[in-house]
Order: sequence, then C-alpha cells, then structure tokens
Amino acid sequence: MSHSILRAPIVRGLFWAVVGFVLAAALVGGIRTAMGLDFWNTTVDWVIAYPVALLGWLMGVGVWPQWGREWLGGKAEPYALTGWQRYFGFSPDHKVIGIQYAVTFIVLFLLAGLAAMLIRIELAQPGLQLFTSDQYNAAMSFHGITMVAVAVATLLGGFGNYLVPLMIGARDMAFPRLNALSYWLVPPVAILLVIAVGMGGWDSGWTAYPPLSEVNKEGQVLFNLAVITFGVVSILGGINFLVTVTYMRAPGLTWFRLPIFVWGAISASLISFFFTQAFAAALLMVLLDRALGTSFFRASGGGSALLYEHIFWFYSHPAVYVMVLPGFGAALEILSHMSKKPLFAYRWAAGAMLGIVALSGIVWAHHMFTSGMDPALHAPFLVLTELISIPTGLIFLSALGTIWQGKLWLQTPMLFALAFVFNFLLGGVTGIYLADVPTDLHLHDTYFVVAHFHYTIVGGEIFALFAALYYWFPKFTGRMYSERLGKIHFWMMFLGFQLTFIPMFRVGIQGMNRRVADYPAAYGEYNLFISFAAFLLGASFLFFTWNMLASWFRGPAAAANPWRASTLEWQVSSPPPEHNFDEIPVITGDPYGYGGAGPAHNRPLGGLAAGSEGGS
Amino acid sequence: MTAAHSTVHGAEGHASPARLLRMNRMGLWLFFASDALVFALLLSARFYLDGLHTPPEVKQILGLVMTSILLLSSLTAYRAETAIEHGNIARGRSMLLLTAVMGSVFLAGVVMEWMLAEFSPGDGYGTAFFSMTGMHAGHVASGVLLLLMARRQASAGKFDGGGTRAWGASGIVMYWHFVDVVWVFFYPVLYLIH
Ligand SMILES: [Cu+2]
Repeated sequence: MSHSILRAPIVRGLFWAVVGFVLAAALVGGIRTAMGLDFWNTTVDWVIAYPVALLGWLMGVGVWPQWGREWLGGKAEPYALTGWQRYFGFSPDHKVIGIQYAVTFIVLFLLAGLAAMLIRIELAQPGLQLFTSDQYNAAMSFHGITMVAVAVATLLGGFGNYLVPLMIGARDMAFPRLNALSYWLVPPVAILLVIAVGMGGWDSGWTAYPPLSEVNKEGQVLFNLAVITFGVVSILGGINFLVTVTYMRAPGLTWFRLPIFVWGAISASLISFFFTQAFAAALLMVLLDRALGTSFFRASGGGSALLYEHIFWFYSHPAVYVMVLPGFGAALEILSHMSKKPLFAYRWAAGAMLGIVALSGIVWAHHMFTSGMDPALHAPFLVLTELISIPTGLIFLSALGTIWQGKLWLQTPMLFALAFVFNFLLGGVTGIYLADVPTDLHLHDTYFVVAHFHYTIVGGEIFALFAALYYWFPKFTGRMYSERLGKIHFWMMFLGFQLTFIPMFRVGIQGMNRRVADYPAAYGEYNLFISFAAFLLGASFLFFTWNMLASWFRGPAAAANPWRASTLEWQVSSPPPEHNFDEIPVITGDPYGYGGAGPAHNRPLGGLAAGSEGGS
Repeated sequence: MTAAHSTVHGAEGHASPARLLRMNRMGLWLFFASDALVFALLLSARFYLDGLHTPPEVKQILGLVMTSILLLSSLTAYRAETAIEHGNIARGRSMLLLTAVMGSVFLAGVVMEWMLAEFSPGDGYGTAFFSMTGMHAGHVASGVLLLLMARRQASAGKFDGGGTRAWGASGIVMYWHFVDVVWVFFYPVLYLIH
C-alpha cells in the first residue's frame, strides 16, 4: 500500500476540519472575551466555526490538491487512488461517486431504520417504556431527517450519477470535480446529525417549525447547519445533471429517445436546483434569529412563524418529487425491460414528469390548512393540489399499459417495481383526503398522515429504489445477487410494509396524534400489532444486507447484460470500463425497441454487447 | 436502441472548447437562478415582515455612495473581461484589481452602516436590513476573493491568448455582475420605498 493511513484523504479531511473548527472557535472566543461575553457560546461558535471546519474538510479530502491549486494559477494533481481505495477519496469518476452516494445513503437508511425500530418498541404499548419523551423526540427527529435525506439522494445521487452518463452515451458528468465536491459535502451532514444526537438531539422533527426551533436545545443549530449543507449538495447535483443531459448526449440521442430514468433525473434536478434553497434559507433565518437576534419568526419582534411554514413548504412539497420522480423513472424502466415491451405512452410519461415539476411549486399550502393562514387560500390550494393527480395518473397508466399483456419476468427487481405500482396507488388515493380541506382538518397531524406519506415515499420511492438496486447491482459490481435472498427480502418487506401502515390509516382516522411518545390506552392493540409488523419489515433488511455484502464479495460474475435490456448501460461490460465507451455510440432508435419485427431486445447492439447472453 | 460504431472520439470525452464554454455558461446561469431565489425570498420577507416601512434613520448618503461605487465596479469588471478576452492580460489584471478594491470599499461601507445603524436587528425592518445586506455582502466578499484569484491566474498565464481560454476570468466577472444586479433590487427596497 503506497499510502499510509495517516495520508488517507478522509484522515486529512478530518484533521483540517478539526484544525479549522478549533482556530475559528478560539478566534470567536477571543473576540467574545474582549467584549465581556462568555468564551464559549454553542450557537455562535457552531454557526461561525462550522463553515471554517467544512472548508478544512473539503480542502483536506482532496479539493486543494486536485482543484484548489488551479484557482491560484497552479497545476492540479490527477486523482491517484485505484482499486478499492478509489472509493475513499475525491474521485471525479461518476461511477465511483455514484457508488459512494449509494453506499453512504444505504448505511444511513439502515441507521435511520434502526431508529424507527426503537420508535416502534416505544410505541408498542401506551405509557413510556424505552425512552423519555425527550429521547423519543430525538429518535423521531433523527429518523425523519435522515430518511428524508436518504429519499432525496440515494436514487438521484447514487443511481443518477452512475447511470445517467452511461444511459446517454457520455464518458462522465459535465462537471466531474463539482460532482465529487457535492458528494464530499455529504459526510459532514451525517457527522453533524450524529453529533447533534450525541448532544441530546433536537425535538422539532425534520420540519423544524418555529417557534419551537428557535428556543429549543442546541442540537437544533447542528440540524440546521446539516440541512443547509445538504441543500448545497442537492443544488450542485441538480445543476450538474441538467448540463450533462443538455450537452453530453451521444449523437442521435434526441430528447425523446432518452430512457425514462433520465427523464426522472432531469425532472428531479429541475426541482432540486430551483427549490432546495428555500429550505436552506428558512433554516438560515432560524439561525439568524437564534444567533443574531433578528425576528423573522419571533412574534415578539414583529416576525411571523407562518412565514417559516410558507418558505419551508415551498421547498418541501416539491421535495417529495425529488424523491419520487427518479423512482418513477427507475420503476418504469424496469417494468418495460422486464415485460419485454416498449414503455407505454413514453412521451406522455416524460411530459407528465415535467407537468409534475411545473405544478409542484404552486401547491405548498396544502400542508397549512390548519395553520391559521388566510382561509381564502384554502380553495385555490385544494384545487391546485388535486390537479397533480392528472400527471401522476398518467404515469400510473403508463406503468399499467406497459405490463398489460406483457410476459412478466418476475425476478426480484420486477417484484419491487410491481409493488411500487400498487403502493403508489394507495399512497396517491389517500393523499386526496389530505388535499381536501374538510377531511384534512380532521386528519391533520394524525397517523393517517404518517401512513400516507410512508405509502408514497417508502411504498413508492423506496420500493423503486430497491427495484433499482437489484436491477443494476450486476452492472455496478460485476456480480450477481442471490435471487433467493432477494425474494425473501421482497416478500418480508412487502408484507411487513402493508401490515405496518394500513392499520396506521385506521388509528389516524380515530384521531391518534403523530410525533408523541405516549398515547391513550384505547389505541394500544393496534399499536402492538403495528410494532410487530414493523419488526417484520425491519428484519427484511437483514436478508437484504446479507445478500448485498455476500454477493458483492463472493457472488457469481455477472454478464454484461443479464436482463437482455436494450438501454446503453447494458451494452458495456459489468462493471463498465473506466471511460464507459471506447467509442461514443451513435443512437438510431428509441430505448425500448421490444416487439416489432424480430425481437430486438437480445440482438447484440453494434458489437458492443459481446458476451451479453446468459442471465441468472 | 441500436448502437453503432461511430467516428466520435476523444480522450477527454467529446466536448470541444466551444461546447465546454457553453456547458460552463449554462452551469453558471443555473447557479444564478438558484442563488437568485434566496435573494428573492429575503426580499419578499422584507415586505411580509415590515411592508413598505423604512425608518428615517437609514443613512441615505452612505447608501447612495456605496451603490454608486458598486455599479461603477461592474464597469471596471467589464473592461477587465474584454481586455483578457482580447489577450491584453496586463490591462485585465489592473482592472481586476481595481474592481476588487471597489468591492472592498463597498464592504467597508456595509461594516460602517452596521456600526452606525440606529435600529436593532430585532425589529421588522432591522431583520430585513441586516439579513439582506449581510447575505449580499457575503456574496460581494466571495466575489472580491474570486477577482483576486482571477488576477493571480492571469499572472500565471492561464488566460494567455484570450478567447475560450479566458472563461475562468469571464465566469468570475459574470458572477460580479450578478451580485451587482442583486443590489440594484435590494437598494431601492431597503432605502428608497416609503
Ligand atoms: Cu405537499
């Protein structure tokens, strides 16, 4: 090994982060002492020292040698690490970055899932057994924000980065180093959240509504800094995707020949580059209120907590589409390839994704029907919100039309993709009751809401994520996963999921409040049942984790194209060569050339697919 | 999809300098759009919190002087850009420096305003004033650093020959114009309306 552990990028990054933090905190402390204040003030110190630490981290991890030197007129070093070590540095390779995102966020997914298990232990019975109320709030908040981050970044950051350049016939993303920079902003987010939990957590959930978020513990400050950082990740990633798809498509790959997953990534990127900063800005305003004494949201200074809700939901409603649009794309992709049928109503599906983007920015106040905002806003937001069912309905019909009379190949990815269709229908239908003002007034802040958004995000996006994970696993790793373990995972997850969340609709309608550690004894039986179902759901990931680890290290070698799929990423080896394509392919048809005169799906494509026969 | 062998080839992918330039420009414009939304949110928060009220204590003369300096600096930035694009590096370097100095004077003005302010950050106008000028000043400060970096790169010969090679400098100058344009909106909203 040519690099000693002390010279590893992550170690250097951590070193410079600590140096930056200590120096900045000392400076702040010195100034504060001179002003006659306490040396240490957690809020002020973190707000000022964290950005310095972040800079130190980035520079240490590789920005300085590989990029920063150029800013001062010098010459940058190329990325040197190879083999397994290349995953632990500032690699500009989109495939390395995709795997970095995917692995990081799956680890976070398991961690936040563990928090959910603890929550279900607590909620199994009325009264307090495992947690104090405070600890419950911390666990619930950590579960919430971490899962939101997972849902936003795993499909788009992980699969998008890995697949979009391959699918459009490019050798990398438009801005490879910016791409690496986006990824390396992620570990600080995770570290901040973990430190925040270590400091006793924060109790305002993932939504961080003031006034609570302006007066609660200092864990809140770290939460805000973490989420602002994560916002930057999302924005930079979105810009990178948009430029990549606009300028780097292979010759002949017109917009309406793009695989539908690429359309999902484009639509999600449009939202993340244009809306994410609202969440970041709202949290920054909270920090200013806390650290500087401004009064954006403090009523005593003329501020308004409602303003926060408007800004927050202006992003956070569109955010659900950053989560599900790549999920739609992945699921439609898999449904088509695994039914060996062209994607039904392809142009309508792509257009529907753009329609969702357009509508997503004008529906946010459906989260605020009980907030006390002007009632004149209720009707317009009700109507606008219901309009979204038109484009989502189109996508649903595209999925149904694709599998209609298809020869379904029921491998694990296909099972997950079909479950996605089922779950998303339930999630969508239950959403109507929350968009309608009269029913929402009753259902707001109950477990009905919890069940609804878990059906859309977990049932929709996360099931699509696992479909994608199994489907592209052979491409990413060059190895095949175990179909048997995959199916066990699927059935446990599918049943566990239904049994957990269907009863939640019921207790929600009965009025059980969400986000509270305790509840009236009358809800006890349902909750015990829900907890056991949730443990089944949780246990399914043991099989998943085992499958992934064992297959990655010891699984049988995968063929270049085990699914005999027609899109470009399957026409290169598994895993793809370093620069993807020795020669840039020229595209002459649409991506779903199944059926028609002679089955096109297993025809070797332009000689690139040598050795693609086989499968599992 | 039928993929056939093609003649497109290149070690770095398939981007010509002209296409790389277009990609860089698009990336930068998307960033501007994204960043502009933050400023727009702060701007609308000002009206949401304090309507059209502007306290009489606002330092009108100082604000006018600062605004003029910032607008003038866009002119020098423009001259720096054209000089570098036409290969006149020496002139570009001095114009970059002049722009950075004017930006620093503007920043000194912001600090002065903050120290002289007779309203607290705790009321509606103060909240808007300190956060909007603060956010903008942060951008100006980063712009000054970037201008100095561009100057350093010019000295190191990175822009020699001008044309598409001058992208590093023009990107930074575009950022400077963007920050100026933000102030064109902020100045009347913070100082002039009643
Ligand atoms: Cu919503």
